[in-house]
Amino acid sequence: MRDGSVVYLEGVSKIYPTAAGEIFAARDVTIDVQPGEFYSLLGSSGSGKTTTLRLIGGFEIPEYGRVWIGGEEVTEQPPYRRNVHTVFQSYALFPHLTVAENIAYPLRIAKTNRAEVAERVEESLRMFQLKGMGDRRPSQLSGGQQQRVALARALISRPKVLLLDEPLSALDAKIREEVRQELRDLQKQTNLTFIYVTHDQEEALALSDRIAVMHNGQVQQIGTPKQIYDRPTSLFVAQFIGKANFLKGTVLEANGETAAVEVSGTKIWAASPGRSPTIGDAVTLMVRPERLCLSETAKTAKADNQLSGKVASVTYVGQLVELKVETPIGLLTVTQLSSTADLSPEQSLSWNANECILLPD
Amino acid sequence: MTNAPSSTEKRHTQQQPWLLTLWTILVYAFLYLPIATLIFISFNDSAILSLPFKGFTINWYEMAFGDRSLRLSLWNSLQVAAMATLLATGFGLLAAFAIYRYQFFGKTSFRIALNLPILLPGVVTGVAMLAYFSSLGLELSLWTVILGHAVFGLPVALGPILTRLSQFPRSLEEAAYDLGAKPAQVFRGVIFPYIRSAIVSGALLAFTLSFDEVVVTIFLTGRDNTLPMEIWGRLRTDITPEIAAVATLVLIASTGIVLLSQWVVGRDEG
Repeated sequence: MRDGSVVYLEGVSKIYPTAAGEIFAARDVTIDVQPGEFYSLLGSSGSGKTTTLRLIGGFEIPEYGRVWIGGEEVTEQPPYRRNVHTVFQSYALFPHLTVAENIAYPLRIAKTNRAEVAERVEESLRMFQLKGMGDRRPSQLSGGQQQRVALARALISRPKVLLLDEPLSALDAKIREEVRQELRDLQKQTNLTFIYVTHDQEEALALSDRIAVMHNGQVQQIGTPKQIYDRPTSLFVAQFIGKANFLKGTVLEANGETAAVEVSGTKIWAASPGRSPTIGDAVTLMVRPERLCLSETAKTAKADNQLSGKVASVTYVGQLVELKVETPIGLLTVTQLSSTADLSPEQSLSWNANECILLPD
Repeated sequence: MTNAPSSTEKRHTQQQPWLLTLWTILVYAFLYLPIATLIFISFNDSAILSLPFKGFTINWYEMAFGDRSLRLSLWNSLQVAAMATLLATGFGLLAAFAIYRYQFFGKTSFRIALNLPILLPGVVTGVAMLAYFSSLGLELSLWTVILGHAVFGLPVALGPILTRLSQFPRSLEEAAYDLGAKPAQVFRGVIFPYIRSAIVSGALLAFTLSFDEVVVTIFLTGRDNTLPMEIWGRLRTDITPEIAAVATLVLIASTGIVLLSQWVVGRDEG
């Protein structure tokens, strides 16, 4: 086990047999989650994020690898012997029980005495703004209220870790953002460890301390939202998170973690964090649209890369404008804050090497 | 400004489906006139089981209640139906769980085999069980009748339970495990409340079927008669409106049970 981790998966694989052979729902997944962390598993459907969550919850037993929770190996333990609780995507509230009975369920199972159950349920109803709704059935509540009941029920017996499986996906777009903030506040207040499954990158970037990006059952990259966005380590992560310009080229010069790359006959300086590229390698460069600077005259201040460009199209997105700029190395997308001034079509484009990430093909 | 349309003549857009109405009445008459006649005759002040209506009497009901062998056969029928229902519902519940939960070799055949007793003619089931019991050396009694009724009661009880189970959201079960419940607690606290109405409705259906079953019973009954057998026996010797009175009572009880089972299902699933 890894010391200090509240949840540690060590090389975990989950295999499903199908008619066409074995399918790895999760392949060699290793993650360590620190106490008090808001940790997201981000990926599209079929990426293995939900399988990974179910392996932690105990709903699946991995074929390979081991699972630790709170320093204790629980790889083959059933869900009821694990000190983690789950908030299900469908909330999974018991329809035949009232809101108060739903919230009290884990305490009743643990044979907590009646007075304490009543007291803690009352406190929980107050905390989740469900006061006066204790006697209702889940079906009589709105989606947002049902979600708060699910949270209250999962938290009442004070687990070490809360697992959340796309908890916001069933809510209206309008209240989703509101609930998102509430979730973050709740996690900070309680100082609990949250492991959060989502396919929504914006959600993951806004909420998480760390994100594990998953694809095809494998972890692609683990890092803070800033690391994932600014320093993707693979083409997949760069394409999956946010928007970006991708440029194909060949390495001309390598100088530690900086490199010069030839793209359509132009030399572009780029950063290669964590590894030194080899001269002659085919690579892809990634640069975010908002990191490209437009100016009407060539900048006197030194930028590592400078190109002349011609504005081909302008799209207003309210606060931002998105421009397509024709350059010697191809059509680049640039975003900047919108302004009332008209743009002249002739522009100079510049950016620094560390805004431009070199990714191996 | 008013909401009245500018054209004052209202057009009738609903067709009067008088032909359909007539047809519906005929179908219902075909279904229920015999039953209505039976009820009518049970109050008829005439010693033979036929019309015309000669006057109102509850004499036949008094006779039926006072009839010792009728009372005995009613008691036998209730015992048989209760025991058969218990067996059918118990095994039906187990079978429903096996089908719902597990993938196993021959699952489809298993389901067909379970439903066979209601698809096969009663004569076939009756003869088959008679042959089987006598080859085992079992003496015919109310117990053999109970086993026979349980065999065709099982698929009847299984149906509603399986339907309800297939609607059971797996996440409810997982949530209960997740919150610390052990398998027995999950069944008691989450699964059973969800399928309770289906169990009750299946059991009530099995009960009514057993209560008025004749064909299989003919082959499997020993010295003791069930109520339908008693009625059948009397029809061949002395036909009196007393039988009509008994039949009316059975009709009321059966209808009540069926309505009860519908109500139980509707209340939980509505």
